[in-house]
Amino acid sequence: MMFDITGKRALFLIISEVIILIGIIALVVFGLKPGIEFSSGSIMTVNFEEEVEQAELKQELANLGYPNVIIQHTGAGDFIIRTPELTGEEKIVVEDALSARFGSLNEREFYSVSPMVAEETTRNAIIAVAIAAVGILLYITWAFRRMPKPFHYGTCGIIALLHDVIVVLGIFSILGAIMDWEINVMFITGVLAVIGYSINNTVVVFDRIRENLTKVISSNFEVVVNTSLVETLSRSLNTSLTTLLVVLSLLLFVGASIQNFVMVLLIGIIAGTYSSLCIAPTLLIVWEKREWGRLAFLRRAKAKGA
Amino acid sequence: MPRRNTLVFIVIVALFAFAVCALVYPMFGREEMRLGLDLQGGVHMVYQADFSEVEPGAESEAIDGAIAVIERRINILGVTEPVIQKQGGDRILVELPGVSEAEKAKGLIGQTALLEFREQVEGEGGKLEWVPATGVVDGQEKVLTSSYFKENTYLSQGDLGGLLLIFEWNEEGSQLSEQITERLLGQPLAIFLSGEPLLGEDGQPIAPTVQSVITERGRIEGLSLKEATELSQLLNAGRLPVPLTPIYEQTVSPILGADFIDMSLKAGLIGIILVMLFMIVYYRLPGVLASLALIFYGAVVLAIFKLIPVTLTLAGIGGFVLSIGMAVDANVLIFERMKEEFRTGRTLGAAIEAGFNRAWTAIRDSNVTTIIVCVILIWLGSSIVESAPVTGFAMALLIGVLVSMFSAIIVTRTLLRLFVGTPLAPKTRLFNPYSGRK
Repeated sequence: MMFDITGKRALFLIISEVIILIGIIALVVFGLKPGIEFSSGSIMTVNFEEEVEQAELKQELANLGYPNVIIQHTGAGDFIIRTPELTGEEKIVVEDALSARFGSLNEREFYSVSPMVAEETTRNAIIAVAIAAVGILLYITWAFRRMPKPFHYGTCGIIALLHDVIVVLGIFSILGAIMDWEINVMFITGVLAVIGYSINNTVVVFDRIRENLTKVISSNFEVVVNTSLVETLSRSLNTSLTTLLVVLSLLLFVGASIQNFVMVLLIGIIAGTYSSLCIAPTLLIVWEKREWGRLAFLRRAKAKGA
Repeated sequence: MPRRNTLVFIVIVALFAFAVCALVYPMFGREEMRLGLDLQGGVHMVYQADFSEVEPGAESEAIDGAIAVIERRINILGVTEPVIQKQGGDRILVELPGVSEAEKAKGLIGQTALLEFREQVEGEGGKLEWVPATGVVDGQEKVLTSSYFKENTYLSQGDLGGLLLIFEWNEEGSQLSEQITERLLGQPLAIFLSGEPLLGEDGQPIAPTVQSVITERGRIEGLSLKEATELSQLLNAGRLPVPLTPIYEQTVSPILGADFIDMSLKAGLIGIILVMLFMIVYYRLPGVLASLALIFYGAVVLAIFKLIPVTLTLAGIGGFVLSIGMAVDANVLIFERMKEEFRTGRTLGAAIEAGFNRAWTAIRDSNVTTIIVCVILIWLGSSIVESAPVTGFAMALLIGVLVSMFSAIIVTRTLLRLFVGTPLAPKTRLFNPYSGRK
């Protein structure tokens, strides 16, 4: 018995279209919340010896002249307070006022970025993402040079890649709106890692399609793609599973400070596995069979060959 | 072939033993893993130099001078392994690992360390104000400050047992001091540090009444021992030749760092155990061998981290843990190929060779993307101020990918080949869990 993955391509593509649509809407409506690395400011992680209400803390900070602070209360009882950039003196004033009001406090972490550094970081992050995009494109062109239609393979690989990136960005924009999750340098790092991971999964599947095409296992392109998918299925799932296992252990044990980063990896790996199995190869068939028109109307494309 | 394989096996065992030794014992002068700020706590500051007061062409000299001054000031704190580096042409990076008194450290670095002598005048509305005391040297009006101190200041015991901070004027200073003290006889002369009055042990500003004309040496009375010592050291360390403004700061309490090490060790260990369990359950004997290769992998990567050394940050550990999951990818590719070869009825030896050969292109191609991304990230890390996490992650992943290609291919293959020709070899169920069911 053989799984028929490619036959359900209409379903897979519709699911992805809906998810991507939601992602794009979320991005347009909520946008992404830049962290202080990109927007400048200070983050102070403090811990009070006595119980402190978040609302009271917020009120006290407003009284001190910081009405727009963002406060997060972590599981460990720490408060993460984000303010505009504080100078050394301003920080001492704030800490003194807080300990006068709420009792003694421990400063666990302090992080401060000036507007100049923020601007520079933003610029270099954008350059890095652009270079990565060019690098990946060059690589894809090279990797698929021996394919019968290198352009098709390259394009489908890139669509799968964009799919993963939009899923990650979309989920983060929703998390940003609900839980004040921010985009920082580690987020960018995570997204680039996901891009590398996603394209590499797709390449393994395409590599098998190339091999089976040369062996001419069937004259029906869809059968070739489906056979290749099934043959690489256990590899794709196993590798994703082992990677997910380690990412989950990171998420559970390392927690707060690299949480955003680990979440990017988690979402990206799941999306990347899905897209390299269900999107990139099925798009190849859609292209080969010229089904674009039918997809646009979201009509169910019936599998013919398999 | 078997003899050559035995040889490779011995080399692998030797490499593994070397890696373990490197981790356990100091080697090449490296005693411990170098930990990043987020893991051992401490202060990370980046200062921007303001060259507007510096003569054109003298910028580089000014910043080198500032670094030398900061180094001397940091020495006062007794920090082990501080990092003080020039970044670009106009920035200074200061990293103080394990420092718990962050505020004090920052205060010391940023101090202008200039004592200014001020006199009292009647300001608007009859209010008394302190203004810099000036004199005229070479036809120019100059403020009397510690920049005219000669050589080093030192502490001494006064006649009444009080503590004295003794300083000597250089030529210009002594002219200024003479003019000023002559003019202010019987009036107070206050001492200001960085625009704030210097406070004595009693909490009152130090503003002694001028009793005689001072030309050569002076003394400051009334400071506590601690403050006098610090002030003397600070003055001896010299002045910053260029004003510095902090533009980036990260302070982590050492306690927090210790928690992180604990948690990330746990995460790494649990991750590696889960991956091994999965590989063994799914691939049986080859899975056991892949797990051995993974232990080899972990030891070698960590040994490389220690020996290069790569500064280990939280993100770096994340990269390492992630690479564990990806390291078995090559094994998965190979074992899946081997399964296919078994299906066509090949023997163990043939299946091993075919599996490795045919999986190679996929392994190579799939690692290339990760390497591209790592190289770009290392560039990004080198170009931004908060470089540690990005570089840490990318280095860990890059080293991980390179070592994993060796461990998954050479190590696993060598171990598998050891079974060829043994009584276990014909028992394909050990090597291919699904062989009996089809």
